[in-house]
Amino acid sequence: MNKREFITYCIEDGVGIIQLNRPEVLNALNRKMVEVIVEQVEAFDADETVRVIVIKGDKKAFAAGADIEEMIGDTPLSFELLDPFAVWDRLMDVKKPMVAAVNGFALGGGFELALHCDLIVAAEDAQFGFPEVNLGVMPGAGGTQFLTETMGHRKALEWIWLGEPMDAEEAKRYGVVNRVVAPELLEEETMRLAKRLAKQAPIALRLIKEAVHQAKDLPLADGMKLERKNFYLAFDSQDQKEGMRAFVEKRSPSFKGV
Amino acid sequence: MTMEQNQYETVIYDEKHRVATITLNRPSAYNAFTPQMNKEIIETLKRADRNEEIRSIVITGQGNAFCAGEDLGSVDHETNHATLLRERYHPMINMMKKVTKPIVAAVNGTAAGAGMSLALAADFRLVHRETKFISAFMGIGLVPDSGFMYMLPRLIGYAKALEIAVLGIPISGEEAKKIGLATKVIEKDEWAEQVQSFSQSLAQMPTTAFSLIKRYMMDGMHTPFTDALEQEAQAQRIAGMSKDHQEGLRAFKEKREPVYTGN
Repeated sequence: MNKREFITYCIEDGVGIIQLNRPEVLNALNRKMVEVIVEQVEAFDADETVRVIVIKGDKKAFAAGADIEEMIGDTPLSFELLDPFAVWDRLMDVKKPMVAAVNGFALGGGFELALHCDLIVAAEDAQFGFPEVNLGVMPGAGGTQFLTETMGHRKALEWIWLGEPMDAEEAKRYGVVNRVVAPELLEEETMRLAKRLAKQAPIALRLIKEAVHQAKDLPLADGMKLERKNFYLAFDSQDQKEGMRAFVEKRSPSFKGV
Repeated sequence: MTMEQNQYETVIYDEKHRVATITLNRPSAYNAFTPQMNKEIIETLKRADRNEEIRSIVITGQGNAFCAGEDLGSVDHETNHATLLRERYHPMINMMKKVTKPIVAAVNGTAAGAGMSLALAADFRLVHRETKFISAFMGIGLVPDSGFMYMLPRLIGYAKALEIAVLGIPISGEEAKKIGLATKVIEKDEWAEQVQSFSQSLAQMPTTAFSLIKRYMMDGMHTPFTDALEQEAQAQRIAGMSKDHQEGLRAFKEKREPVYTGN
């Protein structure tokens, strides 16, 4: 386990794991911590030995919001000059699959960090929510956009307006999380999923991620073209040849990511 | 713990041989609920669930009744029943479900209205011949609440549950045993010992395995089959990692009784 300020990280069987590490405040995110997380995600994205990235909290919580004290004195201009939320956008350029393992609270910025991941595995005790409205503000790192995309605007408005936490089952019902698992097994089940992904053809996963993420932004005709180009592009990989050969030879493929 | 040390107004909390007993203690009002009692039941349930020494919990009533439900003295035309339920009863019933250890309702007399709901929210019900379950709700033009409509059909089936809810006929201890609502009918003169010995036997079981059964089996009744299978697999994985499972295996191979520690 390697240590950086506010996080620890390691690589296990092709899975790059980032564990949030500010236990004294239930992993509440401050600006420096978000930067460190983003930097580590980018480092994993560039690391050939990493195929999947997992972000998790500790035994008590995923991340219970942002550091309120850090922004209590902010003004519109101080925000404009520092633009502290811009760093989050870099997470959208990550090419490898990102999986969040959420237990306990994922509130505010913590929820947004989970929503920035491609997949979310939630423990039965997970609580997701945007309590910002109770402080007279609103989500600022993608909450209104990502939640609306997954739940639809009516449910998203209800949750963000009321600022109440939703439990894991509710989150699953609306497609906000992929799986709900026993809290005792959150890590094991997340790693089971991550290691399965790590065995899939990395180039295919990457091209699929790009096409799926573009689906919400592009007009259908452009999305179809992007999908087609990515399909064609996959045929430049050795993994495509290995995958198809293995299928014909009735054996399991071994993908190299090239 | 002696009565003098009891720190609660409306319940008595006691711990003995790994069993915590919560005695509803307003005998002059047939142990009817008050806001304070709802709160103290939650507090004592939490306390028992947190204490690692404790491995089963008994809820019973002081005097001749188990619990008469809501104290109707404070209900009038201005009462908002939904608010009353959300604020007082739902937290209590939710806590009954959240507690990981087996809860035994030792129904020592009449359990009426929400008092019956409390007994239904327990994991086991013990009764004697003078026990009565009464769904008193329809009698005053109300519907069963505090989890009653969810629990009763799951415990005994829909047709009988509907009869009990609508016809309001009291269910005796023996009838309760017959329809599967009660685990055991105890002779009155053996009541205290038998309640304690049943609860102690639960306290000697593999507590982790119990908590997983409680967590998944009830809700499994409305979980899609494939999801329920996956929950079983996860529960079995957790139980399979427990020390009690290893002890169970060893005892089986050594042909002796297992000694479970709850870990």
